[in-house]
Amino acid sequence: MHELGIVFNIVNSVEDVAKQNNVARVNSVTLQIGEVSTVVPDYLIDCWNWAVKKSDVLRGAQMIVENIPAVTICNDCGKTYPTVRYGKICPFCKSENTVLQSGNEISIKEIEVVDSAENE
Amino acid sequence: MDKVRIIEVKQNVLANNDAEAAKLREELKKKGVFLLNLMSSPGSGKTTTLKRTVQMLSSRYKIGVMEADIDSDVDARAISETGAKTVQLHTGGMCHLDASMTKQGLDELSTDGLDIAILENVGNLVCPAEFDTGAVKNAMILSVPEGHDKPLKYPLMFSVCDVVLINKIDTLPYFDFDMEKCREYIAMRNPSAVIIPVCARTGEGFEQWINWLSGQTDTWKNTKE
Repeated sequence: MHELGIVFNIVNSVEDVAKQNNVARVNSVTLQIGEVSTVVPDYLIDCWNWAVKKSDVLRGAQMIVENIPAVTICNDCGKTYPTVRYGKICPFCKSENTVLQSGNEISIKEIEVVDSAENE
Repeated sequence: MDKVRIIEVKQNVLANNDAEAAKLREELKKKGVFLLNLMSSPGSGKTTTLKRTVQMLSSRYKIGVMEADIDSDVDARAISETGAKTVQLHTGGMCHLDASMTKQGLDELSTDGLDIAILENVGNLVCPAEFDTGAVKNAMILSVPEGHDKPLKYPLMFSVCDVVLINKIDTLPYFDFDMEKCREYIAMRNPSAVIIPVCARTGEGFEQWINWLSGQTDTWKNTKE
């Protein structure tokens, strides 16, 4: 259940960005979530829908999740492969000397906003 | 008509927490307080390990302990028997502590005159690993009955730890726990992790753990920047 803590972090970050940019309302927040980031998008959205009711600038904002596939690179043969299917061991050369290249992301990509009237 | 536009944020979700944690570490450095974040599964022996640790170090250092749990104060009561300053933090259902909750706990504990503050994180191998608490070092306890394959199942936890205590080694004859395999799996995730087999009940292996902790504390207190 660390999704709730993550949602609080997102709400705080987006509120900061909204303030800096003189935003009246946030329509949606687009996140990038890695396949092996340990975040369950369904839980995240449930927590989100609850949390945004408590924020003036975010009330009713939609969460959009872009999934990032997990890819591992082998340090021995230099090839990349899908992490979830093969895990820690390189399917090409059987080496265990492998590192996750992508798939661990939990980041805010962009937000869609409506500007305050005084901006115009 | 409303003007709608897109703002590119491109920010890690935990960037705010990371910034708060860095600020907290800076404050602790100025005050000369070493903060240890202790993590593990429920039932691995965190509280027993802490009690012995406090007893062995209390003549040299002033120690404060923060006990984080979802509910109850049984751990805080157990630790306060050692004479260490103790506060109980309730996370209110949350599975981990973040930097701002840790800061609140430290304020409650009061770091004035403290040498070492120990945060006993919520018993959980998943979520606490994601959040930087502001601690100087991360420690985790893996107990023998949990099995030697835990580093494969919870890779992030092992990759963020500076030291891993393998606890309950007095039960090794009763479990199929392969110490060499365990060391190998931890090294795969984190080659620089220090691994110390201990038994919190009997005190076996504690000399090395106490040496590690006091060495880290002295380095933190005595080096500038």
